[in-house]
Amino acid sequence: MRRTLFESLTRGPLTEAAPLPGEVALAELAQSVERAARAKLGRSLSIRQVDAGSCNGCELEIHALNNAFYDLERFGLRFVASPRHADVLMVTGPVTKNMREALLRTYNATPDPKWVIAVGACAADGGVFAGSYAVVGGVKDVVPVDLHIRGCPPSPTELLKGLLGLLENA
Amino acid sequence: MIRPRQNVNEDRWHAAIERLVGGEAILLGLWGDAPNVHMALHEGADIAVLTYACKDGKYPSVAARHPPAIRLERAIRDLFGLEAVGAPDTRPWLDLGFWDVRHPLGQQAPAEKPAPYAFLPAEGEGLHQIPVGPVHAGIIEPGHFRFTANGEHVVRLEQRLGYVHKGIESLMAGASLDAAAKLAARTSGDSTVAYSYAFAQAAEAALQLVPPPRAVHLRALMAELERLANHFGDIGAICNDASFALMHAQTGILRERTLRAAQACFGHRLMMDVIVPGGVARDIAPEGVASVRALLTEVRKSFPRLIELYDNTASLQDRTATTGIVKAEYVRQFGAGGYVGRASGRDFDARRNFAYAPYDELKFEVPVLTAGDVNARVWIRIREAEQSLSLIEQILERLPQGPIGANMKIKGVAGEGLGIAEAFRGDVLIWLRLDNEGRIARCHLRDASWFQWPLLETAIEGNIVADFPLCNKSFNCSYSGHDL
Repeated sequence: MRRTLFESLTRGPLTEAAPLPGEVALAELAQSVERAARAKLGRSLSIRQVDAGSCNGCELEIHALNNAFYDLERFGLRFVASPRHADVLMVTGPVTKNMREALLRTYNATPDPKWVIAVGACAADGGVFAGSYAVVGGVKDVVPVDLHIRGCPPSPTELLKGLLGLLENA
Repeated sequence: MIRPRQNVNEDRWHAAIERLVGGEAILLGLWGDAPNVHMALHEGADIAVLTYACKDGKYPSVAARHPPAIRLERAIRDLFGLEAVGAPDTRPWLDLGFWDVRHPLGQQAPAEKPAPYAFLPAEGEGLHQIPVGPVHAGIIEPGHFRFTANGEHVVRLEQRLGYVHKGIESLMAGASLDAAAKLAARTSGDSTVAYSYAFAQAAEAALQLVPPPRAVHLRALMAELERLANHFGDIGAICNDASFALMHAQTGILRERTLRAAQACFGHRLMMDVIVPGGVARDIAPEGVASVRALLTEVRKSFPRLIELYDNTASLQDRTATTGIVKAEYVRQFGAGGYVGRASGRDFDARRNFAYAPYDELKFEVPVLTAGDVNARVWIRIREAEQSLSLIEQILERLPQGPIGANMKIKGVAGEGLGIAEAFRGDVLIWLRLDNEGRIARCHLRDASWFQWPLLETAIEGNIVADFPLCNKSFNCSYSGHDL
């Protein structure tokens, strides 16, 4: 273990430079995020991820945000275990009928001010699952959404762009 | 060998059930196709599909004699309204009472107000219940776990799943092959390659097509990259659930490098939608081979040290060894695939047992252990990752030249086919029937998780509540692949 730790210290970080915030994401944010929130949050955001019906592909890439290459926490962004600790709900999946109530309850358990980020093609409008008897649709059909990050699944870089946009404008 | 599907009468249906009970056959799947019910069996080296034509919407219960069928029958009832006569458990499974219709794939009826769900009782002095989920504390899929505990010790765990049910099989009905392939690829995102692989096999069997050799090899390359990425992720995540974050950080690097190699080869980190019926949608990029070779060099350098780290860290072994033991008799009875089965002595791997191309020409070993604990499930992943490295080398060595897709002219003849592929967590089975226009009439997808989830309930018994995340991660069952 000592050798692994020592090499980690001497090798230099793998972490890559932050991408520029996505322009589309920024434009969408400007409308939905109020200036006043900046003072309240500082440069720190706590994120609670909610899978409302995803195929788990988006979860894999959200997980990757925590690896050494993307190192999300350096931006003051971190994932928390409870909606009660969260500023941001990051929701994936088409919202299934079986998860609609759980998503609503999670949203209601998150204190104000809060933002909702819909991640992935399914979270935007149900994606390939739209129209099923078991699917409500996109996240916006259940809770208000402030930012969409598209992709199937969005890569960690795309996720990071969207999140940085939120941070710099929040 | 996949035998042609057979229609059976009640006697032969019962005879098949007795073979399941006796252990001569393993249940591979049980699904509705109103007004029929199909049962897939693994017998000897063959896969057999038996069909029972329901009478008045009823068929003799398999679960009455063979418990692995319990959840499958509950799902058939929810989706088709077909009743298993003599079933030991008639509670709903996927229908949690939020849909507008009942039996969406069978005789549809307006939804009724559901009765409260009755969890199985656990009685005794000093017992308390801990309800967990569907929303969990982490970046994971939703599901409900109901623990009954005595102090720290779990007396009973009961799962309640179905929260991410998206109605995939209903969306497939009437869909074109292209649209259905996209749905199959999104049944369980972590196994998107394996699902596309099995779906393509099923579609090709129905259309009597043979994909070209280059496509077949590229499919296996993707399947092994997917297995590597997931095993790296899992090994780290299991250690992380034992609070050993160093391993998580290190295997996270290997996982990321694997996904980047996949991106360089096929233009998508998870390699979604690259395998299509008939072949593959795109060839490996010119720089792809070099990026995979670079990945192999890197993994061969750093992975052995991580294995040593796992093996030599006593505090970590203290958490994983003897924790969450799955009994050998259960994995045999349930036909549990993947590392769950192989860590408890079940020597089965679809790549070897059914030897689908190109694995019939490649050399690899199937690691099997008998301890059945979290530690054994970690070791199976380690050994399988090593096998995947060797398989990738062999594929690169022999990658044939030539076309990457077959001529997909739909012949206008209704056909049906079955595909089975070894995903990182176990075998994925897909059965489909096409109509005369080449559209999907019925497609059923069965994740390995169906036969693993119930064993997690047995593995946690007598363990402490705090070890549940560790046990759960060592299984890493798919919620979406199960819920459909």
